[in-house]
Amino acid sequence: MIRTEELLLNVGPQHPSTHGVFRIIVKLDGEVITEATPVMGYLHRGTEKIAESLNFTQIIPYTDRMDYVSAMTNNYVLVHAVETMMGLEVPQRAEYLRLVVMELQRVASHLVWWGTYLLDIGAMSPFLYAFRDREMIIDLFNELCGARLTYNYMRVGGVKWDAPPGWLDKVRAFIPYMENKLMEYDKLVSGNEIFLARIKGVGAYDAKTAIDYGLTGANLRCTGVDFDIRKAEPYSLYSKFDFDVPLGKTGDCHDRYRIRLEEIRQSLRILKQAMEQFPEGGDTMGKVPRVLRPPAGEVYVRIESPRGEIGCHIVSKGKAEPYRLKFRRPSFVNLQILPKLLVGETMTNLITILGGIDIVVGEVDC
Amino acid sequence: MSEEQGKDGEKPVVREAPADAEREAKLKAAAEARAARAAAKEKTESEAGEAAPEVAKPPSPRQPELDRLAALIKSEVSESAVEDAYLNELNGDMPVIIINNSYWREVSRLLKEHGELQFNYLRNVSGVDYETHMEVVYHLYSLSTKREAAFKVKTERDAAAVFSATPVWATANWNEREIYDLLGIDFPGHPDMRRIMMPDDWVGHPLRKDYEPIDPEV
Repeated sequence: MIRTEELLLNVGPQHPSTHGVFRIIVKLDGEVITEATPVMGYLHRGTEKIAESLNFTQIIPYTDRMDYVSAMTNNYVLVHAVETMMGLEVPQRAEYLRLVVMELQRVASHLVWWGTYLLDIGAMSPFLYAFRDREMIIDLFNELCGARLTYNYMRVGGVKWDAPPGWLDKVRAFIPYMENKLMEYDKLVSGNEIFLARIKGVGAYDAKTAIDYGLTGANLRCTGVDFDIRKAEPYSLYSKFDFDVPLGKTGDCHDRYRIRLEEIRQSLRILKQAMEQFPEGGDTMGKVPRVLRPPAGEVYVRIESPRGEIGCHIVSKGKAEPYRLKFRRPSFVNLQILPKLLVGETMTNLITILGGIDIVVGEVDC
Repeated sequence: MSEEQGKDGEKPVVREAPADAEREAKLKAAAEARAARAAAKEKTESEAGEAAPEVAKPPSPRQPELDRLAALIKSEVSESAVEDAYLNELNGDMPVIIINNSYWREVSRLLKEHGELQFNYLRNVSGVDYETHMEVVYHLYSLSTKREAAFKVKTERDAAAVFSATPVWATANWNEREIYDLLGIDFPGHPDMRRIMMPDDWVGHPLRKDYEPIDPEV
């Protein structure tokens, strides 16, 4: 029998596979992990504290910087919370624009995940394909609001900019393009034996564990639990659309992979319907008071971000600034299961499992 | 807003031509009109405030949900476990129940394990500093019954402590650590109570309302 010395290994915070500045300390017995302790806070900027001295419109750019891969959904959860509190109406055209950008964002976010995940595992070229196609969405956003990553696009009561002439046609053209590319992705990667050997049966857990750990998004649905907030508690216009919620069975990395790819397809389905229903003309900003002062009280709203349930809890005292603003960040909550999953796994699987959870450290630390 | 008010108030003082009687009269008239408007607004507001209770609002469809929830906790745990129960109108009439701090441990278990409630998914935990007291808010959802409710536990600001919900919902673990780190509420019974965002040697809890940064410039 080979005896190995226990080794304490520091992974991160600067490591290409940690998707930012995430650090984890692992205890190794040979190649096998016996204990894992995540260390967070390297990207903590105190967003919630800063927000207490800003008015609601000023907070929107800060939400862009939480989950910077999916800024549109973050924008939405904040403005939606304030609108819920104040009982504001959003014009149809603005709501459609929001829905379209949120679904485009979901596609873009999953593309980043798909590319970087395969890069983590050792496949270089899919990353280039994914970023080539994501670039088209980024260009669409750039044309819409002048930013590629931190959009600051939504406002309480509507959106900042209407779609420029011809923009919707570009979105329409993007949908079939992306559908074709998805088939290309499947041909290129999804059946690859080496890839499957790396992800099948790795990082598996059951539905009960997933619920207990408060996992949401693909991390929950890979165990077969049918919970997508777009369906379960429809917000925005989602009740008007026909789409499926892909579910897994085994709860392993392979199921999470399949679900995310399928979610891109479903988002394209929603986009296609949205393009058909898109209202001609109309306002993009509803009637809102000049100074936003939600009534005293509190509200908790949640939406489905590409990573799971993102929630916003606002406590207001009737002032223009929130008394307390708390974001429920899916990356932060989903990451909690990592130390449990890693025990007994090898070092190589650490990257596979961490990548499979799909975190954005800006959101973990907030 | 306060700036604008300040400007309005200063106008008559800084005016340069006192000889311009016409202008003065206009300003005076404008000031009077402003005062009248403000008074009228105040009047309607206070009237609305008084009139509200008179108009009998139809009871919310979620009222029975709240009543049942409160009754269950009272009968299964203790009469005094429920401090208050109401519907949050701003939030689509979400049932909110304020739980007495000393009963939270039993209540949390009941919420998850009782066959009728099955609140198996703890979707959010927030800490709030109300300056007079601290509050921990638990937003719960049941994936089996599709019901949701919020539960609040109050604690005093000095030596703030609420019994940990981590043994019941594993997801509370990091959430409670974050609340401890940023608001200084302790969670007895927590398996690993350490700071999570700030460095271990940090002094104070930044989200407290009376928190003073060491270097205010930063």
